[in-house]
Amino acid sequence: MKVSELLEKLQYNVFSKADTDKEITAGYASDLLSDVMGNSSEGNIWVTMQTHKNVVAVAALKELSAVIFTNSNIPSDESIEAANEENVLLLGTSKGTFEVCGEIYNLLESK
Amino acid sequence: MHLEYKVQGGNFSKAGHASGEIKKVLKQLNVNPMVIKRIVVALYEAEVNIVAHAYEGDIIVDIDDSKVHVVLNDSGPGIPSIERAMEKGYSTASPLVREMGFGAGMGLPNIKKNTDELNIKSVVGVGTTVDFINYL
Repeated sequence: MKVSELLEKLQYNVFSKADTDKEITAGYASDLLSDVMGNSSEGNIWVTMQTHKNVVAVAALKELSAVIFTNSNIPSDESIEAANEENVLLLGTSKGTFEVCGEIYNLLESK
Repeated sequence: MHLEYKVQGGNFSKAGHASGEIKKVLKQLNVNPMVIKRIVVALYEAEVNIVAHAYEGDIIVDIDDSKVHVVLNDSGPGIPSIERAMEKGYSTASPLVREMGFGAGMGLPNIKKNTDELNIKSVVGVGTTVDFINYL
């Protein structure tokens, strides 16, 4: 499923300008950056509460399809700026991590 | 090909910048994507270690037909026990660094897992050298 299709089905806030044509290969949920660095794969959508700029660096290096901030966490201006430069899509929602993982999982499985 | 980058200790806002630059070069050289993915994980972790623990450091990368050789030198506090530092979950990171989602004690194990050869030398009060090779 492409990110654009996910955005049509689940109304997430969009914080950065980036390519939504990327394929979502799976999801990964973690607030530990080394965990994501070591265990996520290219194209994964990353569900997290961490919003600082290093999240953008990890997402760019791992070529993740998007990052979604849960529990109404909002990225800093510095993060948004870096994401625009690095073509990293930053999303957000008021829902918690458990719920977000569930809805994205169901959507990916239904394909 | 020979590349050199400087890394500033404590500057989290630039952490990962050198790793990103090196990744771009490896892509331009058409290095096998699977090899690039492993190098990027090891590089990023080692770069963040300099930012989180040291005062300053540099990254030296040499690429030839058979391998990518990376050396990260820092001036910093050094590692009293490399054996302990290699243990999963062991970390000396500050509470602030942990709050950012670093310092989970996964960095060095990630480096070990994603390199073909790894050598770490450290002198307490002087600094640390992380030297790794990935074969192409």
